[in-house]
Amino acid sequence: MARMKFLCDADRCIECNACVTACKNEHEVPWGINRRRVVTINDGKPGERSISMACMHCTDAPCAAVCPVDCFYTTADGVVLHSKDLCIGCGYCFYACPFGAPQYPRLGNFGSRGKMDKCTYCAGGPEADNTPAEYAKYGANRLAEGKLPLCAEMCSTKALLAGDGDIIAQIYAERVSTRGYGSGAWGWRTAYKDMVAG
Amino acid sequence: MNGFTLKLRAVLAALVICLGAATLDVSTAVAQSAQPAAPAAAHEEVLFRYLQTQGSGNLVGRVSIPDHKAATLIQPGGREFQETWRGPMKWIAAVAIIGMIVLVGIFYAVKGPIRTTSGYAGRLIKRFRGIDVFAHWLTAVSFVVLAITGLNITFGRYLLLPLIGAEAFTSWSEAAKVAHNFMGFPFTLGVLLMFVLFLKDNIFDKTDLRWFAQGGGMIGHAHPPARKFNGGQKIVYWATVFGGGALAVTGFILMFPFQIVTSIDGMQLALQLHGIIAFLMIALIIGHIYLGSIGMEGAFRAMWSGKVDLNWAKEHHPLWVEEIMNPTRKDSSLPAGAKGAGAD
Repeated sequence: MARMKFLCDADRCIECNACVTACKNEHEVPWGINRRRVVTINDGKPGERSISMACMHCTDAPCAAVCPVDCFYTTADGVVLHSKDLCIGCGYCFYACPFGAPQYPRLGNFGSRGKMDKCTYCAGGPEADNTPAEYAKYGANRLAEGKLPLCAEMCSTKALLAGDGDIIAQIYAERVSTRGYGSGAWGWRTAYKDMVAG
Repeated sequence: MNGFTLKLRAVLAALVICLGAATLDVSTAVAQSAQPAAPAAAHEEVLFRYLQTQGSGNLVGRVSIPDHKAATLIQPGGREFQETWRGPMKWIAAVAIIGMIVLVGIFYAVKGPIRTTSGYAGRLIKRFRGIDVFAHWLTAVSFVVLAITGLNITFGRYLLLPLIGAEAFTSWSEAAKVAHNFMGFPFTLGVLLMFVLFLKDNIFDKTDLRWFAQGGGMIGHAHPPARKFNGGQKIVYWATVFGGGALAVTGFILMFPFQIVTSIDGMQLALQLHGIIAFLMIALIIGHIYLGSIGMEGAFRAMWSGKVDLNWAKEHHPLWVEEIMNPTRKDSSLPAGAKGAGAD
């Protein structure tokens, strides 16, 4: 089985935010929730880099470890998903997440954050694949259709890579060796306790 | 693959050195002359190592969306939070709470309830006013609800969820979460009230030193004299004031996330402190409940009716009895309805 991962090649990302927009549109994500975002480091200075970040679908996911109701599960593809039927909106996963992935529909006064929402790697949720119920809660299930996440699929510079971890790591390593530089696989150390070439 | 990786790293290291002229400013920290210099390229690994030497170790940039939290690209502290939650937090809770239950159990088995050796006099004297009793039970009831719903957050997933199933556990936990949030208000009010009402009788003095020196009379049958509250009760009082106060402060921080404390590190710390203080308070209160109920004969009525038997008071709080029975004594306040000793 593949072990699905994301890898953002910061030397290719042009901060166009198309991945963010595509994600919002594909899953009809409500206002105020960003399953994916682009963060610019050293903005306006030499060495500026932009990195597209969403849930990294961690190995030994921190969100799953701290969830009081145990609503997270990892699929055979290594995708970390959760059940909105079980989520109580306590917000602990946001404290544990190294990537700021969990999002809540409300501000959180008196603990009324609402059900947590996050990147599903375009793999839906616990409901049957591609049912209206699944779509309403988690958005599209592209993985069940044999497609990869839309953010990476439509990335114009192919900065954002999605797919089997070994394959995208190899693609990235080849790029780094061809062009002679690379700024690393952002977040991989924290997410997968693993480093990639470059 | 590994050799390939190493070769690439060597190439990259050379490049980083070549690009050394370029300066890099990580927005979390301005490089100080005494600290390691900021890395010379936006390389993830280099940045990561650099950030480990800087403050929180979070990698913060700029985002075009209004949510300031989204600007933090990576906060490696999340992994530490995960480990603390999984390990130390649960161990502190288990050792403190189970330890106290075992201790109380052994104490009960060995010594049994502490009896009033001279028997009841049959005459009641007033120990607490109505407002005292109200403040105590306001705090007590809310504390018990908070403790149960709070422990559910920590241990429910392991102890209760397998028994009742995921759906039922979520329904219960959702209600428990709401109860926990709202009970925080009466609890805070209760702690504040008790702080004010019981303060004057809870200042430590020389009597307490003697009380502690004799182990509070818990070992053997000695009854070290005490005024209105003995040394142990004063510990419970101050633990409630400071522990309860800290629980209230951290609780409100958690109830209004990122509004009182705005950083993720601050929120993590608030949650960890809230948990650890709560576990220690629960352990202490288990001991308090024991001594206030089955552990000591005649103690429960003090907080139930506000009145205690005269002989019970003479055995446990002789100096207090002297003070209230002899109003000419300095510093004694005469409770309503109490008569001078000569009126007996």
